Amino acid sequence: MTSRDMRRRDVVTALTATLTALAAGQVIRPGAADALGSTGGRAEAAGESWTTQTLEAFADTLIPGQRRYPGDLAVAGAVTGPGAVQAGVVDVLTSPDLPLAPLLPEIAALLDARAVAYALDHLVLLPVTSPPFVGLSFAQRTDLVAGLFRPGTPDRPVWQILGLVTGLAFDTAATLDTAQAVAAAHPGLAWLHFPPPDADGLWRFPQFSYGRALADTHPATTASGSPA
Amino acid sequence: MSEETTDVLVIGSGFGGAIPAYHLAAGGARVTVLERGPRLAAEDFAHSMRLGTYNRIVDVIQGDGISVVAGNCVGGGSVVYFAASLRAPAFAFERSGSLGRRIWPAALTRAALDPWYERVEEALPVARTGWQDVSYAGGVLAAACRRSGHTCNPVPVAVDTGRCTNCNWMLSGCRFDAKRSMLLNYLPGAEAHGAVIRPLHEVQLLGPSTESGYRYAAAYTVLDPGDYSCTAEVGVIHAKVVVLAAGAVGSPVILQRSALPLGGIPPAVGRYFSGNGDRVSVADVDETKVRTLLGLSRPDGAAYEGLPIGRPITAATYDYLDPAAPEYSRFMLQQIYFPPLTNLLARTASAPDWFGVAKRSLRGRWPSWLTLLAMTEDDNEGTFGPPPLTGGFLRLAPGLGRGTMAYHPTARTRGGWNTADDALRAILEKDGLAQVRPWSEDVAGTVTAHPIGSVRIGDDPAGSALSDTHELRGHTGLFVTDGSAVPASLTVNPSLTIAALAERAVPAIVFRAREAAVDVTYGAPLPRP
Ligand SMILES: Cc1cc2nc3c(=O)[nH]c(=O)nc-3n(C[C@H](O)[C@H](O)[C@H](O)COP(=O)(O)OP(=O)(O)OC[C@H]3O[C@@H](n4cnc5c(N)ncnc54)[C@H](O)[C@@H]3O)c2cc1C
Repeated sequence: MTSRDMRRRDVVTALTATLTALAAGQVIRPGAADALGSTGGRAEAAGESWTTQTLEAFADTLIPGQRRYPGDLAVAGAVTGPGAVQAGVVDVLTSPDLPLAPLLPEIAALLDARAVAYALDHLVLLPVTSPPFVGLSFAQRTDLVAGLFRPGTPDRPVWQILGLVTGLAFDTAATLDTAQAVAAAHPGLAWLHFPPPDADGLWRFPQFSYGRALADTHPATTASGSPA
Repeated sequence: MSEETTDVLVIGSGFGGAIPAYHLAAGGARVTVLERGPRLAAEDFAHSMRLGTYNRIVDVIQGDGISVVAGNCVGGGSVVYFAASLRAPAFAFERSGSLGRRIWPAALTRAALDPWYERVEEALPVARTGWQDVSYAGGVLAAACRRSGHTCNPVPVAVDTGRCTNCNWMLSGCRFDAKRSMLLNYLPGAEAHGAVIRPLHEVQLLGPSTESGYRYAAAYTVLDPGDYSCTAEVGVIHAKVVVLAAGAVGSPVILQRSALPLGGIPPAVGRYFSGNGDRVSVADVDETKVRTLLGLSRPDGAAYEGLPIGRPITAATYDYLDPAAPEYSRFMLQQIYFPPLTNLLARTASAPDWFGVAKRSLRGRWPSWLTLLAMTEDDNEGTFGPPPLTGGFLRLAPGLGRGTMAYHPTARTRGGWNTADDALRAILEKDGLAQVRPWSEDVAGTVTAHPIGSVRIGDDPAGSALSDTHELRGHTGLFVTDGSAVPASLTVNPSLTIAALAERAVPAIVFRAREAAVDVTYGAPLPRP
């Protein structure tokens, strides 16, 4: 076993420990295998597993986008225009450049367990045809996700990493070379108005300065430009 | 497993490693530099945010309450840094922090360090910049400072401004060899004098040497260039003198792991860790007001829309560096740019502030953001927990790790941040020019690219692991010359101070090498730029 596999196992162990703890705390957790395998309703037509739908719904909560098709459940449709899902968050999560792929079913199951707990707490009736997190409204997803990032949340590191990767998908087109992503109007980079490069794919800004004195400098500045 | 010897072993090749490596090699010693990261040069640095590019050479290490950004390549942080090159103000050396007496060793004041600062400014070299070098973003800060009654300065940089294309990809390494990193001065200088630099060599453990005449032995692993969490080989190297410069989140971990073989380490190792009081904020700037209030417009007609344009750091105000002001109330406010990797952390006015619909709208105004860094006086409240089995942290993914450091800001640190936040608002929110908010701490805790203090110099054995010559207490010939040695936050970016301290430490290192029968002299000229 390589050390990488061992470390990966450590992360899984940590995740599993959290799941176990959650289960012990009256949470009825959907079986991981069910969460992975079963699909339901329209999402089945779109060929999306529960894992994918759950992770998309999480990403859509952080950076919302418009529904991809009528009846899109993972994307809540809180806005028009692109969000993390349109920007390719699933491609980034499953990218061979990250070791996350094998952990995703566990992470999605953990989020769904959190959604079940949330539903119990808030007396929300969850549909049985979609993953529990996807069954929540956008406002409920938002409320739940805010709680995941509160200091003291035991599995907070998991959500922090998932959040970072979601941001990378939208803000950096993480699986694409930036010049190509800009040329192809990657939804996230286009949303940011990320500037285009020169013809050789490198950025240069010959005009970058207002070019004039805009303030007095500090009277005690030293010869090398430092504070005294 | 290979075993070999060297006169001087340098661990890490950033400022703290490269500078002693040069002087020792130029003075005649056999020098070996072991560097954990890969070796890249200008043509290898990609203008790209694709995974597999920048994250090969820079790591984000998440601890408990703090995340640290640090270089991971030959040249260390000097390759990925933003090259703001400032001397720390005189008062920074006089701080007493929570000790109740002066933190810095008696031998060190700003005046005492000035000659060493001067050497480094000459060797890198550092360029004093003018207004023609200040980016649109720096210009907005400057004009807003003036409008609110403050001064603002162009920031000196270790950049050849003639070669610089203002591309704003400094985090990825400089494609145009304009950034004066260690790859262009001290490291090639060291190699010209016979030093050997070995990339992808991660030191794990230090202990006493079994070879006669050698003081220390270091065990290292050779990392797989495609996956740094895989080990290709292991080896041991014996040295007469060791210069530990693995960075402020690297060096304390190696020492902690080595505590047993070294026969104990000073209690201050892995304590007093500081993020240099760093506090980043994002201002959402009103373009119309840039024109009407500040009277600014670009040649192409836009008012600002300049966040992604120009070098990351070009302007700062020195107005809050008043030596007479109380400790924890002084700071520098600096304009800075981070690639959109950090966009997740920017906040809006209402909950949930860092994600959701309003945050997405804020992203849509990204070119009109102005990012600002306050460097405040913190409380050195960081500590390192037990070390991981290998490496400096647990690698979760390329460029992302889980570290053992904890940082829970004290009320004094928070007070400093609040004072800086208030000052920023007074400058930037005046008449509705912008809305400014510090980064969220929800995702990554507080974030710093300026870790310091974890193996610090001082006069008092309880509060400092190193003597004022950077020697580890109780361990003759083992020196720490990187950011870990800087005893307290500086209110400026730390690299020039780290470099000046490393220059200053060299005579003592040479002395210990000569004691161990190394034929080395001190006094080589600076490396030729
Ligand atoms: C994005 C960014 C921007 C910055 N901008 C500025 C700026 O504008 N101005 C400024 O003053 N400062 C800036 N800094 C900070 C500056 O880069 C650091 O303060 C400086 O590089 C620290 O020098 P050092 O020698 O202590 O450590 P580093 O430069 O971090 O060097 C340590 C080296 O040791 C290696 N290493 C670690 N562990 C091991 C091991 N076990 N075995 C072998 N090698 C090991 C690392 O890979 C690294 O190369 C910036 C930092 C970053 C990340």
